[in-house]
Amino acid sequence: MRITVTVNGQPHTRDVEPRLLLVHFLRDELDLTGTHWGCDTSNCGVCTVRLDGVPVKSCTVLAVMADGHEVTTVEGLERDGELDAVQKGFVECHGLQCGFCTPGMLLTARWLLDRDPDPDEGRIREAISGQLCRCTGYENIVRSIRWAAEQEARS
Amino acid sequence: MQVPATFEYERADSVPHAIALLERYGPEARIVAGGHSLIPMMKLRLAQPEALIDINGLAGELGRIAVEGGELAVGALVRHAELLESETATDLFPIFRDAERVIADPIVRNRGTVGGSLCQGDPSEDLPAVFAALRATAVIQGPGGLRAVPVREFHRGPYETAVEPNELLVQLRVPVTPGTGSAYEKVERRAGDWPVAAAGAVLTVADGVITQAGIGLTAVGAENFCAPEAERHLIGRPPAAEAFAEAGRIAAGHCEPHADQRGPADYKRHLAAELTRRALTRAAGRI
Ligand SMILES: Cc1cc2nc3c(=O)[nH]c(=O)nc-3n(C[C@H](O)[C@H](O)[C@H](O)COP(=O)(O)OP(=O)(O)OC[C@H]3O[C@@H](n4cnc5c(N)ncnc54)[C@H](O)[C@@H]3O)c2cc1C
Ligand code: FES
Ligand code: FES
Repeated sequence: MRITVTVNGQPHTRDVEPRLLLVHFLRDELDLTGTHWGCDTSNCGVCTVRLDGVPVKSCTVLAVMADGHEVTTVEGLERDGELDAVQKGFVECHGLQCGFCTPGMLLTARWLLDRDPDPDEGRIREAISGQLCRCTGYENIVRSIRWAAEQEARS
Repeated sequence: MQVPATFEYERADSVPHAIALLERYGPEARIVAGGHSLIPMMKLRLAQPEALIDINGLAGELGRIAVEGGELAVGALVRHAELLESETATDLFPIFRDAERVIADPIVRNRGTVGGSLCQGDPSEDLPAVFAALRATAVIQGPGGLRAVPVREFHRGPYETAVEPNELLVQLRVPVTPGTGSAYEKVERRAGDWPVAAAGAVLTVADGVITQAGIGLTAVGAENFCAPEAERHLIGRPPAAEAFAEAGRIAAGHCEPHADQRGPADYKRHLAAELTRRALTRAAGRI
């Protein structure tokens, strides 16, 4: 089936099988390997991307379901060579450890701050509860997201 | 790498079109809504439908939440996140807020739908117990038109519902009764998991006595996700701690939990009693 998906602002047209998952479309067809893939149960959240602005687990969406829609991956977070505030926060506060869960964490954090620019720790923990970190680095991840919120409030 | 087996894929552009596609592809075709139960099952090859009919384009027809004719109508394609954020729904029935906050995680809730939750028919799904407690009606559409089935008759067995292969669940309708309070209590092993056990309660009180009671139970082997004997015990009594504790005991006595990785049967039975008592207490406090 022929599909066109706009990824990080760029339309891509491909012939795909209906059973191709969005995560594999992004990684294997488009070489956007920032989107990770880590489980078969839709639990870990490392594959999270934004579909029409809404975070979804791309291992549980068929690529054909994204036909005609817009996808944002972690590669689309930086603007004009400038890292997003959440990316900077992860660098500043050591939220990035092995980095496996990081893309999903970043996209979910960005979504949270778009909706709630001043989230408290409880809200942050709730928002990232669908993203599992094997390095159990939640403490620094929460701190990184707070850092980004404060940074954006200042500017 | 787990990938589903091959299948045909069709996009429905209206409810009648979805039904026509179900008829064309026959009983091996399945509707895909959020896909968050079906696609994981297809990856594990626990399900191998020959065709998927995608209804995600039907938000206009199936994605509405509205009060009409003394009932709250919830479209089948309403996402968990939308139900949680709908003040129309959660102000009338706080049980929706209680339950949705503990169903899966925010990302899964962005995609999974109310209709998919009911049609999945998993004995430990949360929403069937919620809608059973609320005495909701399921509206089903097929080639012959619409029919209404009480949610308490909707689930025929594990993964089996009243929806025929050429039909679609289109809406859930909940009667709005003044003087009603509702609540949901769940115990899970970790954030975003299916329940070890959960109970929902809906109480209507008039002139100091309970005039209607709804108790929904999940993951504890309660027939049709409800506890009619315990509900009957409450009718005509004042909403008080003793009656709630007794209703919990009766509810637990009528369920048949199975031991599994989530816990032993006696623990789940204990939870059924205790969560019923807590849900009733909280529901009464919200009238
Ligand atoms: C990690 C994870 C955690 C979860 N935790 C919970 C939890 O704690 N509690 C809980 O209750 N659920 C949980 N779920 C399930 C989640 O709520 C699902 O989204 C939901 O059960 C199914 O909805 P769906 O729209 O994704 O359905 P789908 O997967 O699209 O469909 C499920 C079934 O229903 C059928 N169907 C769907 N819509 C219709 C319709 N309108 N008419 C007829 N048939 C239809 C499909 O053909 C399929 O057989 C979890 C899921 C995941 C992935
Ligand atoms: S890969 Fe684990 S949720 Fe998608
Ligand atoms: S940083 Fe290693 S999994 Fe989260």
